[in-house]
Amino acid sequence: MEKRNLKGWLYLLPAILFLGVFMVYPLIDVFIYSFEEGYNSASQTFFGVGAYNYSYVLHDPYFLQAIKNTFILVVITVPVSTGLALLISVGLNSIKPLRDLYQTVYFLPYVTNTLAVGLVFMILFKKTAYSDGLVNMLINLFGGTSVDFIDGPYWAKMFVLCFYTVWVVLPFKILILTSALASVNEDYYKAAKVDGTSRLRIFTRITVPMISPTLFYLIITGFIGAFKAYSDAVALFGTDLNAAEMNTIVGYIYDMLYGNSGGYPSYASAAAIILFAIVLTITCINLLVSKKHVHYS
Amino acid sequence: MKVVLENLTKKFPSRNKREKADVIAVNNFTFEIPDGKLIGLLGPSGCGKSTMLNLLCGLLTPTSGKIFFGEDDVTNLPPENRGVGLVFQNYALYPHLTVKQNITFPLENLKGAAKLSKEVMAQKALEAAKLVQIDGLMDRKPSELSGGQQQRVAIARALVKMPRILLLDEPLSNLDARLRLQTREEIRRIQRETGITTIFVTHDQEEAMSISDMIVVMKDGILQQIGKPQEVYDEPVNMFVATFLGTPPINVFDAEVKDGKLYIGKEAVLEVKGVADREVYAAIRPEGFILKEDGVFGCDLNEVEVMGRDISVVSKHKNSRNTEIRSIISSDTKIELNSSVVRFDIKPHKVFIFDKETEERIYFDVNEGDL
Repeated sequence: MEKRNLKGWLYLLPAILFLGVFMVYPLIDVFIYSFEEGYNSASQTFFGVGAYNYSYVLHDPYFLQAIKNTFILVVITVPVSTGLALLISVGLNSIKPLRDLYQTVYFLPYVTNTLAVGLVFMILFKKTAYSDGLVNMLINLFGGTSVDFIDGPYWAKMFVLCFYTVWVVLPFKILILTSALASVNEDYYKAAKVDGTSRLRIFTRITVPMISPTLFYLIITGFIGAFKAYSDAVALFGTDLNAAEMNTIVGYIYDMLYGNSGGYPSYASAAAIILFAIVLTITCINLLVSKKHVHYS
Repeated sequence: MKVVLENLTKKFPSRNKREKADVIAVNNFTFEIPDGKLIGLLGPSGCGKSTMLNLLCGLLTPTSGKIFFGEDDVTNLPPENRGVGLVFQNYALYPHLTVKQNITFPLENLKGAAKLSKEVMAQKALEAAKLVQIDGLMDRKPSELSGGQQQRVAIARALVKMPRILLLDEPLSNLDARLRLQTREEIRRIQRETGITTIFVTHDQEEAMSISDMIVVMKDGILQQIGKPQEVYDEPVNMFVATFLGTPPINVFDAEVKDGKLYIGKEAVLEVKGVADREVYAAIRPEGFILKEDGVFGCDLNEVEVMGRDISVVSKHKNSRNTEIRSIISSDTKIELNSSVVRFDIKPHKVFIFDKETEERIYFDVNEGDL
């Protein structure tokens, strides 16, 4: 028995080694940094130990702004993108002609570079001396006044960021959901049809429960992904996100490490631990909720 | 509710684009199924019996022809308005719902005046569950049930709305041999108790023969024969029906009719009056052989298998189209088989002869004890 255990550990060793070096150790390290006040990575010195870093970060208006932005982003984009992806996949699943074409079209954003997509969005939304951007042209066409989506009011910028995020995450979700839908046995739908089930009821009582494990996976990864958003904001608003009021938590951490206000690994660590705590809490809540609503066959 | 089919035809467009010919899954079916009977729709794989079932329940619409339930023309009605219950081959129970929720599901779909209160629904679900004897399992999930129990739940779900017609697609194919025997009696009992006209599809002739009031034999989308199982077995209209029904299978020989006698090889085995001289197929049921030392028909003996009640004599003949000839002899008969040749007399009513071209039955007058 003892010997067999040893052998088991031996098999696990490579994975444990790599995970330990590249995940567990840094995590513990970050945790320690977050309590070391005024840590200097060059000289490896610090003044003292305490919760000051947390207190500083939590009172930093930029961080509070980042938390607010991130939460708005999460709350809007996760349900909207998952819902939209579900509707589109169900639509795709129920048509026969041109399905492959549509699938390809919906999947294109996934293989396109984030920054290139950002450029396209700039053309769509940015107001310059020469042009108000495509979207403003449309707004003008319907009698509205131009809005500066990139350098303008907060809600306009948030709208663009959410729109962009939804658009970027949609393809992956559609891809996963269409394959989940395709794997549902046709007989369930036939049985429902013979029983005279309405389309809405088929969707809510059969389709959704049948693909609930996939939906749940997408929601969890969606939450985590949205909490870790950063590059999307950079692609749209440039690197000085604090000035644009569009910073995210990860953006704040990056700025604290390398940005103009950089060089504060302790503050960055504290912010990272706070983010970690938030994501962990949300994921746990997700797991608890899922116990009731996800059906594994 | 009686079911009437009139020239029912279903064509599917050919998958192969170069080949323009459509696939005709059901070809010009016309027959009537009397009320309250259990009907077995029988045929080999790919003969169109599942298409037939889908046409009856409305999941497919026919290319031409009509379907009547009683006096109602249901040809163009959607499945939900036909009043059919359908049990799928794989049962198609919703895995995320309990047995009770599964059975109640069809009732919850009712709208308008037909809408039921929760209590009535529970009541009806319980009645259906009691009928198939699963009322003790109402709170289980399908994955926690055995195959036979799942089958019962599927039947209960199909019955809960009291359909006019109950359709079963290969109801026994997913069960093991013992359960299969049990379940087919069960289907028989449920059908008797409810009196609902029930049509089930099967490729297993034994299954169909044993419980059906009537069997419908089809092949390549064409109706071969319809009738009571014993009648179809005793009087097959063509060679396909004769060979498809019966275990062990019927023994087929290349034979010839000459001067009113049926010759297999050089031996005249039977008098067949009123048949012109021609080459034919002669088919003899395994139970149509009588062991007799000076019998009219000799075969090369392979072996004798004693199976308790019966003795099965396995032999060979150069004119046989089966690899071996199986004859079932009652074990009361004393057999001492020493030679390599076994001789039989033939029971005339167990012999059918068929045209070599069309494989249609050629009828002759049977005079018992003629030979």
